[in-house]
Amino acid sequence: MDRYTLSVLVENRPGVLSKVVALFSRRGFNIHSLAVGPVQDGSVSCITIVVLGDAATVEQVEKQLNKLVPVIKVRNLGRPGESLSCGLALVRVQCENERLGELMQIAQLVGAEAVDAAPGAVTYRIAGEAEKIDAFLEMLRPYGVREIVRTGQIAMEKARPASSR
Amino acid sequence: MINGAQRMVESLLAEGVTTIFGYPGAAICPFYDKLYGSAMRHILARQEQNAAHAASGWARISGRPGVCVATSGPGALNLITGIATAYMDSIPLVAITGQIDRSELGRDVFQEADITGACESVTKHSILLTDARDIPRAFKEAFLVAGTGRPGPVLIDVPIDVQLAESDEPFVYPETVDIPGYHPTTKGHPLQIKRALSAIGESLRPILCCGGGVLLGNAREAFLEFARKGGLPVVSTMMGLGVMPSDDPLFLGMIGSHGEECANRAFREADLLVLCGARVGDRAVAAPNQIADQAKIIHIDVDPAEIGKNMRADIPIVGELRGVLEKMTEKLEPVERAGWRTRVEGYRNARALRGEDREDFVEPRSFLRKLSEQLPANTVLTADPGQGQIWAARNFAIHGGRFLTSGGLGTMGYALPAALGAAVAAPERTVVAVCGDGAFQMSMCELATLCQTHAPVKVILFDNRRLGMVRELQNQRYGGRHYATYLSGNPDFLRLCAAYGIPARFAATNAEADAFAGEMLAARGPFVLICRVDPDTPTL
Repeated sequence: MDRYTLSVLVENRPGVLSKVVALFSRRGFNIHSLAVGPVQDGSVSCITIVVLGDAATVEQVEKQLNKLVPVIKVRNLGRPGESLSCGLALVRVQCENERLGELMQIAQLVGAEAVDAAPGAVTYRIAGEAEKIDAFLEMLRPYGVREIVRTGQIAMEKARPASSR
Repeated sequence: MINGAQRMVESLLAEGVTTIFGYPGAAICPFYDKLYGSAMRHILARQEQNAAHAASGWARISGRPGVCVATSGPGALNLITGIATAYMDSIPLVAITGQIDRSELGRDVFQEADITGACESVTKHSILLTDARDIPRAFKEAFLVAGTGRPGPVLIDVPIDVQLAESDEPFVYPETVDIPGYHPTTKGHPLQIKRALSAIGESLRPILCCGGGVLLGNAREAFLEFARKGGLPVVSTMMGLGVMPSDDPLFLGMIGSHGEECANRAFREADLLVLCGARVGDRAVAAPNQIADQAKIIHIDVDPAEIGKNMRADIPIVGELRGVLEKMTEKLEPVERAGWRTRVEGYRNARALRGEDREDFVEPRSFLRKLSEQLPANTVLTADPGQGQIWAARNFAIHGGRFLTSGGLGTMGYALPAALGAAVAAPERTVVAVCGDGAFQMSMCELATLCQTHAPVKVILFDNRRLGMVRELQNQRYGGRHYATYLSGNPDFLRLCAAYGIPARFAATNAEADAFAGEMLAARGPFVLICRVDPDTPTL
């Protein structure tokens, strides 16, 4: 199974998110991650859904989403790497003072920022593609990860030269 | 000053609604108060689910969205099976429910239920109204969504304070409404139509398959012309029964697990299948991918999501069937396929009629065949799921009439209320409901509605004191261990009908049933013909 990213524009009204999510459970589709927020003037929300499935399943997801009346537009942004995507994570790592230097180097390498520090623990914020966040979390694992919170990915089509549009 | 309830009634009148089916309760009382004295006819069902089924029967015969109404909480929840039945068969329905006061939402007050949430997966669209000024637009939107594209049920939930909200803003019903996310495709793509025509031209063994979409899309005539011009043999899904006259030389019958062998055989042997408004449900086509491996598939449907959902399509055409078929008929070049025609006609002629008249029971299949001959051509027959549905589907001969059943959801108890709705929509037509004794007892309370409305529904009650189809399944798959399929508590149906004041007859043999059928058809009001059926009568 691949991961496909769908960008879904919906009317920003109560109950619309539940309609979208209910569709996934009703039709047996799998959501890997989800991110929602108002865009434009606030009358429209953008739901970015990362779906697990094959191409045929994702086509069916797109078609079923298009049938929901409050859904204005569905864009399939393809598999990882085919679009610009970004997620955010906060991770708290256990850390004795003598290993702090190593941690700081790892964080610097991936562009994570320390946002909180207390004796024995540092909290990092990292933004970027899911793979980058996954790699950072993996590198922190040996130090003792205490807590992780993570958003769903948001995504956008890559800009193409005007002539090829 | 006019209140929200008045705006609801005015909106329905502006939509041209003449008849609604419902059941009142506290949270919908403001609406009922404004129905009082209005030009609309309200038919009081005896349970909300049946109001939805009646609205479905009404919609299928009138060709317009049916309307059903219930109160909040249990009333609304009782509607759900009716709404889901309509959803699965793509029947246009507008369901209106009362809701508790907005200020009390979420506090689990008396008769509170999240009906829009509960109906999410069985409605085409749902609207929870929060402002009385939105009522006309919401109703316009509901009727538009219910009745266009692929039809389906739309729910409007109206809190009681919204119904009661008064304002002096004049009532204006919008002529049009623009919904940003709702633009059903209407016209088939010309290039796809061209590709389809050339595939038909090249095909040696084509088969047309009509589904319920042909009737929903008002495309019956267009379909017949297309089939006849091309000399193309036709099979039907259960929902497509009624498109082709049963005795049409091109018609091979119903496909599927309970279909005719000749139709299934032709379907399997075809090198090209043209699916028209058929969603390739599992009862119609058990192994769609196997079929698609052997034949080229042209799939015409108004709903793009149906294409490729259950079966791969080589040439999809998304659009309204009538327009697509008319376009295709214009350019269709008839091709001589004498060999194929002879072959499928051979299959058809080899079809053996099953079931012969009996002197110890009423044989339901031969009885239905004989009854068909006596029925007017435009008869509407409804059938409850179970053995009776299949007996009726295979033995009721249609010549311009209609066969209404719950094909997708298989909802027991559909036949009686749907027949009531059909009879209200078309009082001049003969309407027959075929019920087993199991399904009948799920909506038996609607006999009272027949009495109250004098709707001339003719009920054929096949009484075998069993849940026949489940019992047959227990025979075939569960070693004959019959469990919970014996209906030992059945009432004396004759006396039951007498208690309602509905004329009824009991037939123990085919000769009696045939004789009483004449009396039944001559009766001016409702009539129940109880037929004693052998529990061992097979479905097929």
